[in-house]
Amino acid sequence: MIRKDYIIALQTITYKEVRRFLRIWVQTLLPSIITTTLYFLIFGTLIGSRIGQMKGYDYMDFIVPGLILMAVISNAYSNVVSSFYGSKFQHNIEEMLVAPMPSWVILTGYISGGVMRGLIVGVLVTIVSLFFTDLKIAHPVMMVVVFLLTGVLFSAAGFINAVYARSFDDISIVPTFVLTPLIYLGGVFYSIELLPEFWQKVSLLNPVFYMIDVFRYSVLGESDVSLLVGFSVIILFIVTLLTLSLRLLNKGIGLKN
Amino acid sequence: MNALKITQLKKYYSNGLLALKGIDLEVKQGDFFALLGANGAGKSTTIGIIASLVNKTSGSVTVFGHDLDQEPEAVKRCIGLVPQEFNFNQFENVFDIVVSQAGYYGIPRKKALERAEICLKLLELWDKRNEASRELSGGMKRRLMIARALVHEPKLLILDEPTAGVDIEIRRSMWEFFKKINKAGTTIILTTHYLEEAESLCRHIAIINKGEVIENTNMKSLLENAAEEVFVLNLEKPVEVIPSILGCNIIPIDETTWQVSVQKENGINGLFVGLDRLGIRVSGLRNESNRLEQLFLNLLTNKKEL
Repeated sequence: MIRKDYIIALQTITYKEVRRFLRIWVQTLLPSIITTTLYFLIFGTLIGSRIGQMKGYDYMDFIVPGLILMAVISNAYSNVVSSFYGSKFQHNIEEMLVAPMPSWVILTGYISGGVMRGLIVGVLVTIVSLFFTDLKIAHPVMMVVVFLLTGVLFSAAGFINAVYARSFDDISIVPTFVLTPLIYLGGVFYSIELLPEFWQKVSLLNPVFYMIDVFRYSVLGESDVSLLVGFSVIILFIVTLLTLSLRLLNKGIGLKN
Repeated sequence: MNALKITQLKKYYSNGLLALKGIDLEVKQGDFFALLGANGAGKSTTIGIIASLVNKTSGSVTVFGHDLDQEPEAVKRCIGLVPQEFNFNQFENVFDIVVSQAGYYGIPRKKALERAEICLKLLELWDKRNEASRELSGGMKRRLMIARALVHEPKLLILDEPTAGVDIEIRRSMWEFFKKINKAGTTIILTTHYLEEAESLCRHIAIINKGEVIENTNMKSLLENAAEEVFVLNLEKPVEVIPSILGCNIIPIDETTWQVSVQKENGINGLFVGLDRLGIRVSGLRNESNRLEQLFLNLLTNKKEL
């Protein structure tokens, strides 16, 4: 049974986080919608019509799940990394450190904020995709589950980035040099069946690949790897990143002298 | 009962600096306690450890009987911290900052809203509740941090230079506020560079120097130990020959202004009796510096004039 005061503290952090990204919605929600719309227009409608089919689907239909999940990943990550680093930078993280709540409450609060933003952007981008394609979702419940799991995983990753960041430059290095390549090489725009065997195996080391693959299954009913493997990899990464995040917060790494 | 008990508290920073060399400190419940020291003496490190913002190396901290290692949440619940630097979100509005702080302490939202209103009214910030905190003046920002620290009704309030950079009028009104909440039962620990502030507010005092407590006593007995006081006299008429008065050392500043050091055992009456005999009339008098300031400097420079 979780103590009532912990639940109130968790609600407070989550509410504060959601209020933050809604207050600056032009910076947080709108860019993903515009970017994804451009992807749909250029890669889907203009170039996609010349590419033909991918794994038996129109190219537009094939890339929609990957583009939706790409928006979820980048929003969940950037929400937590910028908010938590901002709190460190302004020292208002101290408001939480002096309060009688355990580290997991602080972590869960920030991750909830990241998941909420990922979920809202995911839903908005899904709605936009309906203007470009006749999207029929094969497994809607699984789609929501993957939304949530992806949000948790990349919120935790953003949290770790923020803990170690010492400047605003540090919070853009990982998204630019690690996250973006992982997303683009994770099968958003192509099936790994198109790759030579060696690069197919390399792709299997990319955690984003499994997320996009499982998400594509939830939308199209088609995946490159088995669902069991896909979900197992996602859960493994979530447990690893959450454990590391909690350990960093408990020790006060980057927060306490 | 002790509001705070610190035993053999040590702090090594990762760069090898020994910031606290095993300090011992006790603050009684209901006290108004001054923790003084030069910059870098270890005051903020001590406060940081008590407030769980700095990890200690060794030693123990007990707040109202709760051990910081064993019951950290019980300790945190007792403490309200007003830090030296502004540490609230500059983009949030005043009311949200205080309400959120109550939420972090597990106070239900309805009650948090009520308490935030009470605290903001107490600190005369209610009219500013919807303004972004970055829009406030320096004095208002200080008061916002006090309101935030009080919202969970702490038994021990730690004020780390709470009046730094605020004008005299606001400083005086803040003093009155601190006196009022101390009288109502809140134990207060104050660090300040305005020694007049410590002298005016605090009943007990500890002085930290280079990570060690070099003085820990009550304010009254410390001030009684002052060897001399320095006054500035304004004379009605210029005096050409500087007189010699027993127990007084007179240094002329200009024709009608003297700086006079008076030995404690002679008292200020001896000075006035001497001046009266010589027909020198004084039109004004003020302290050159307060007594605590002199004692503080003496302690830091190891001058045994006490």
